[in-house]
Amino acid sequence: MLSIKNLHAKIDDKEILRGVDLKVKPGEIHAIMGPNGSGKSTLASVLAGHEMFEVSEGEVLFNGKDILEMAPEDRAREGLFLSFQYPVEIPGVSMVNFLRTSLNEIRKYKGQEPISASDFLKLMREKKKLVDIDSKLTHRSVNEGFSGGEKKKNEIFQMVMLDPKLAILDETDSGLDIDALRIVANGVNNWKRPDNATILITHYQRLLEYIVPDYVHVLYRGRIVKTGGKELAQELEAKGYDWIKKEFEEQV
Amino acid sequence: MDNAIKNIIGRDISLSTLFEENRQTIEDSSSKVLNNLREQALEAFLKLGIPSNKVENYKYTNLQPYFSGDFSFSLNAPDFTGRMEDIFSCDVETLDSFTIFIVNGWYYSNNGSALLPEGVRVGSLAALAKEDPSFVEKYYGKNAPWLSDGLVALNTMFARDGFYIHIPKGVVVEKPIQVVNILLSEEPLMTNQRNLIVLEENSEARVLVCDHTLSSDRFVVNNVTEGFVAPNARLDYYNLQNQHNATTQVAGLYVDQKENSYVKTNNLTLHTGVGRNNIVLKLLGKHAEGHAYGLYLLDKNQHVDNFSFIDHAVPECFSDELFKGVLDDHATAAFTGKIMVRPDAQKTNAYQTNNNLLLTRDAKINSRPQLEIYADDVKCSHGATVGQLDEEAMFYLRSRGINKDEATILLMYAFAYEVIEKIKMDPLREQIRSLVEKRFRGELDKCHSCVVCGQKGTGNTSCL
Ligand SMILES: Nc1ncnc2c1ncn2[C@@H]1O[C@H](COP(=O)(O)OP(=O)(O)OP(=O)(O)O)[C@@H](O)[C@H]1O
Ligand SMILES: [Mg+2]
Repeated sequence: MLSIKNLHAKIDDKEILRGVDLKVKPGEIHAIMGPNGSGKSTLASVLAGHEMFEVSEGEVLFNGKDILEMAPEDRAREGLFLSFQYPVEIPGVSMVNFLRTSLNEIRKYKGQEPISASDFLKLMREKKKLVDIDSKLTHRSVNEGFSGGEKKKNEIFQMVMLDPKLAILDETDSGLDIDALRIVANGVNNWKRPDNATILITHYQRLLEYIVPDYVHVLYRGRIVKTGGKELAQELEAKGYDWIKKEFEEQV
Repeated sequence: MDNAIKNIIGRDISLSTLFEENRQTIEDSSSKVLNNLREQALEAFLKLGIPSNKVENYKYTNLQPYFSGDFSFSLNAPDFTGRMEDIFSCDVETLDSFTIFIVNGWYYSNNGSALLPEGVRVGSLAALAKEDPSFVEKYYGKNAPWLSDGLVALNTMFARDGFYIHIPKGVVVEKPIQVVNILLSEEPLMTNQRNLIVLEENSEARVLVCDHTLSSDRFVVNNVTEGFVAPNARLDYYNLQNQHNATTQVAGLYVDQKENSYVKTNNLTLHTGVGRNNIVLKLLGKHAEGHAYGLYLLDKNQHVDNFSFIDHAVPECFSDELFKGVLDDHATAAFTGKIMVRPDAQKTNAYQTNNNLLLTRDAKINSRPQLEIYADDVKCSHGATVGQLDEEAMFYLRSRGINKDEATILLMYAFAYEVIEKIKMDPLREQIRSLVEKRFRGELDKCHSCVVCGQKGTGNTSCL
């Protein structure tokens, strides 16, 4: 589904991604961990098409298509979804208008008719239950005045509404209380199908107890320096990153 | 428009000479109340002239070039042979309002007399000045600066007609009173329309003035509206401007407010050529509240200059201003927010905000707060911002499959929303909301139909 080869990206001539390799197949869940500032969010942004970062080398194929030349909106229409580490507040754009526009743009790309108003409301109602999001929130402007946790829930709500093929969740677990964490995890688990995939960026083992990953990767200094199964996350939780850093330094 | 005197076309003549040549005609058909001020207005105009940008209050807009050149002059009422219905088909159901028409500054003679609450009078200022001169005399020229502002002087020299609205004591008019100002001419035209709004104690009215052009000729519009809002009265005033690029419009609104009165003005410039709005609220009685809002959406070479003056003349009054603009292409705009807190006006609360969104490097805005505070127990704040589209918000929207153009429209709309939200009349807010969206999509009809009530124009004129 996703194939990243030797991906390099920089901002203002500062290289942040220095050769990332990653393969994700349908049905898989990958976790990416790594110390602060190692480039996890940058990787997510580059995949989603943020123009701030310049890709200097490498290749990204998404369902066989080279997406690096695609506009962010086309990547989304192809089925890529990013749950932001810091969702943006957009006062004046209503959640309903935003989601309907978004959904219809994606449908148009696929050659489908716009969704009817009643079907849209039905879909909203159904998906809202799935992530237990308050109706009051969906009547407000996008993320405006949402609490940290509400913003994260809102990202997952958008994910299930848009039903992408690949979801990249950037620290969606941070800022969530225990109940919200469980709800978000259930949302992701219920959404999971053999034909979609998830990349979880997280610092905490706890999320991975709810959403069990097939692979755990460690991103360090702009490269994936270690890959393992879910037990790698436990090891990191127990030992921290020092041993990985040391291994990495010895290699270099 | 057979009676329009085409004096300026092809002739090099000054506005004051034009006035003197036609003075007899003007005065013969006008009431004494209006004639009384003409001489002094002329003297003032001779001294002041059309303001250039050397006049402090007009610093950002030199109007002189726009008021010169060839145009005809609407000195007499246009005489229509046809019925209004042939030119307009108004679907009033869209906005349930009492609607009147003004054509080239003249009250349209066949305006119906719809069912207004008892005692409410809406009609032609020229007719009222003849039928009830003592009423007009009480207000005419009493608060517009016709001796110190060249444009108001010009208007007062030539003033013949316009609308008036009179709400008697204690009457609440729920339905909006809609005034549709139509400009329709086969040649360039200048108009000087004069309006009067009087709200007596404890009365309430909502007035919606829609300015639009129905033919593609050049128009120079110089409107003056005087408003008098008595104790405990409440006026909501909306001015929707949707005119083509060859229009120059100066719209002056001068309102006196007595104690506990509430006035809200909202200048919504959807489209124009060169626009200047003078919004003056004088808070003359304790606990008077003045709200001045505005939204200007400009592109190409459009220019809008909003000049507001909130005069806190007595203690314990409140004022709030919010003006927002979206400027594309080479558009330019100016905002001046003058707030005067006079020496006695303790416990004044005055707030002012001007926010601008510039979509290109060539778009320009001059924003100038002008606070003159002579009292010490005062809460006053002002702020002006100039910004571009928020790139993070843009990326967020695009990452959800929304293309750049659509995301831009959403963000521009989001920016404008704060002003639209100030419109408390639900159906009107919805109308404006969709108009603003249409404007951003480039789907707004500037010529053939009234954007508010969907009237159809003649369809045989082309617009810019
Ligand atoms: N807009 C930017 N301008 C300059 N440097 C940036 C920018 N965005 C990211 N960086 C830098 O790139 C590096 C990687 O940042 P990134 O946000 O990808 O880290 P992260 O792994 O997501 O960290 P965290 O765990 O704290 O979220 C950091 O050193 C950061 O300062
Ligand atoms: Mg991060």
